Amino acid sequence: MKLALGPIQYFWSAEAVRDFYARVREWPVDIVYLGEVVCGKRRALGPDDWLEVAGELAAAGKEVVLSTQALMEAESELAGLKRLCANDRYPVEANDMGAVHLLTGTEGFVAGPHINAYNSETLALLHELGARRWVLPVELSRRTLADLQAERPAGLETEVFAFGRLPLAFSARCFTARAHNLPKDQCGFRCGEDPDGKGLYTQEDQHLFTINGVQLQSGAPCNLVRANDKLRDLGVDVLRISPQSFETGAVVEAFRAAVDGVRDPLDAEADLAHLGADGWCNGYWYGTAGMGTGAEP
Amino acid sequence: MINPVELVCPAGNPAALRAAVDNGADAVYLGFRDGTNARNFPGLNFDRDGEVQEAVRYAHGGGARVLLALNTFPQPADWSRAAAAVDEAATLGVDAVILGDPGLLRYAARTHPELPLHLSVQASATNRHAIAFYHAQFGVRRVVLPRVLSLAQIRQVVATAPVDVEVFGFGSLCVMVEGRCALSSYVTGESPNTCGVCSPAHAVRWEETKEARQSRLNGVLIDRYGPGENAGYPTLCKGRYRVGDHVFHAIEEPTSLNTLDVLPDLVRLGVGAVKVEGRQRSPAYVAQVTRVLRHALDAAQADPDGYEPQKVWVDALDRVSEGGSHTLGALHRPWQ
Repeated sequence: MKLALGPIQYFWSAEAVRDFYARVREWPVDIVYLGEVVCGKRRALGPDDWLEVAGELAAAGKEVVLSTQALMEAESELAGLKRLCANDRYPVEANDMGAVHLLTGTEGFVAGPHINAYNSETLALLHELGARRWVLPVELSRRTLADLQAERPAGLETEVFAFGRLPLAFSARCFTARAHNLPKDQCGFRCGEDPDGKGLYTQEDQHLFTINGVQLQSGAPCNLVRANDKLRDLGVDVLRISPQSFETGAVVEAFRAAVDGVRDPLDAEADLAHLGADGWCNGYWYGTAGMGTGAEP
Repeated sequence: MINPVELVCPAGNPAALRAAVDNGADAVYLGFRDGTNARNFPGLNFDRDGEVQEAVRYAHGGGARVLLALNTFPQPADWSRAAAAVDEAATLGVDAVILGDPGLLRYAARTHPELPLHLSVQASATNRHAIAFYHAQFGVRRVVLPRVLSLAQIRQVVATAPVDVEVFGFGSLCVMVEGRCALSSYVTGESPNTCGVCSPAHAVRWEETKEARQSRLNGVLIDRYGPGENAGYPTLCKGRYRVGDHVFHAIEEPTSLNTLDVLPDLVRLGVGAVKVEGRQRSPAYVAQVTRVLRHALDAAQADPDGYEPQKVWVDALDRVSEGGSHTLGALHRPWQ
């Protein structure tokens, strides 16, 4: 299996983004997804800056994919989408059917985690339109993945979101701005103060969700490293690690070791225990509530 | 010349359907009694065994169209049920089916090319390229827009869409873009996409403690209510949570979407239909809301410039709104 770094979901400064990808060049990941997927107002890096980062990663031997925004409404966002889909250097990850429309018939795009591919008919359609890889929607189970793998079109690669806070929902409303009692149009980019999102807790202090601008994520990070063997047995091609602001390199190392069979997956999980102080969530994988945890097998 | 705007009303059961037709709905939407539609609640929806046919007969007799929602996202284990539901829909004389799943749309377009297709709000088509996709691939004739667009954005979409556009006019406010919200399955294991339910009733628990009444969803504390405080249905997006040092409705207050204030704008910018949410609500609710929106939409179409929402309409709708209050939601930019 290959390892991929998903797009950075949070709003980091241009410097933090550049520092991060300078380190990624040295990490044992095969694929790197780049770009802003959450909020069209976040433009710490312009299109040319992203292409520069992409060039450096490609030169370091990484497969680079440019990701599109998940929820697109404004004309300005659509203009950016069009430019991205028309680039002739890197494949594109479509996170909205508008992107799929613009990418139809092109060289080979990725159907991202925000495309609702829940059944074989949808996979067949995406493949016919030009998808060469798809990402399992986060709320689907290993049982459904097994069914889908059994019928997936030849040549279509499968990727699974394996580490990081799960992207659960998108809204027109900016929840970060709301938490600061600011209107979205005058948000002041307050999401930049929370490089790993802002915790949303129940009145019993359960970390339920994570606020990230117009997106809600899981409270706990998802971690499927212990499911490594099952993922491989199901013919999964790529595991996705979603960047966080600290120790993403350690996460990559742990997954690499498990995937290469040089470390037992449960030991690899133990290596990461300090990153999951509130525990992990992986209930979706086991076909239960996503916030839960299941045991392998 | 402004095209007439269709008033589309919910029919969660036969009595609600009659209430909608009798009070002026131009169209009703309904679903089968199973997980093939996004309102899969106990006691709701229509038996395949004669109830849908009777609904079609009654609605057509009253001059209303019938739209059948098949808008969950079937997984391989329930694909055959979903495909069978499309096959059956094609024999029932409904005026269109409302689909959201790309695979099911492809199946419907190939297998029943004569069956008119509407794109469900669950398909999350929020921009002209997405709408163009569903039109080009499957020939959908109408799209239902998610409740995340501002009026200006709806105007853009209507101006550029090759198909008819339907917008929500009244009812529970979905804060997230529909079809891409997994909050419910994160906490309960069941979501609109997977099971046709949001915050399913079997996961709800009410507790009376010394201090407060509490609502839980699969054990997760959603809200605490003080004495005399109205307690809403515990959907995840309408609970009170702590962010930083503050406990508040961090996602959204319990309130309903109400477009009475902007109906003339919706009429002028050319939407094809206005939809009322609420298949899970009572026939009395459907009758009340349909009657008010019929009057309001007629007034907005007859004289958009002279239109004023009447106080009796606003009061009537507030009485059936969540928390007794209403909002323009994302239509009104400051809400965002």
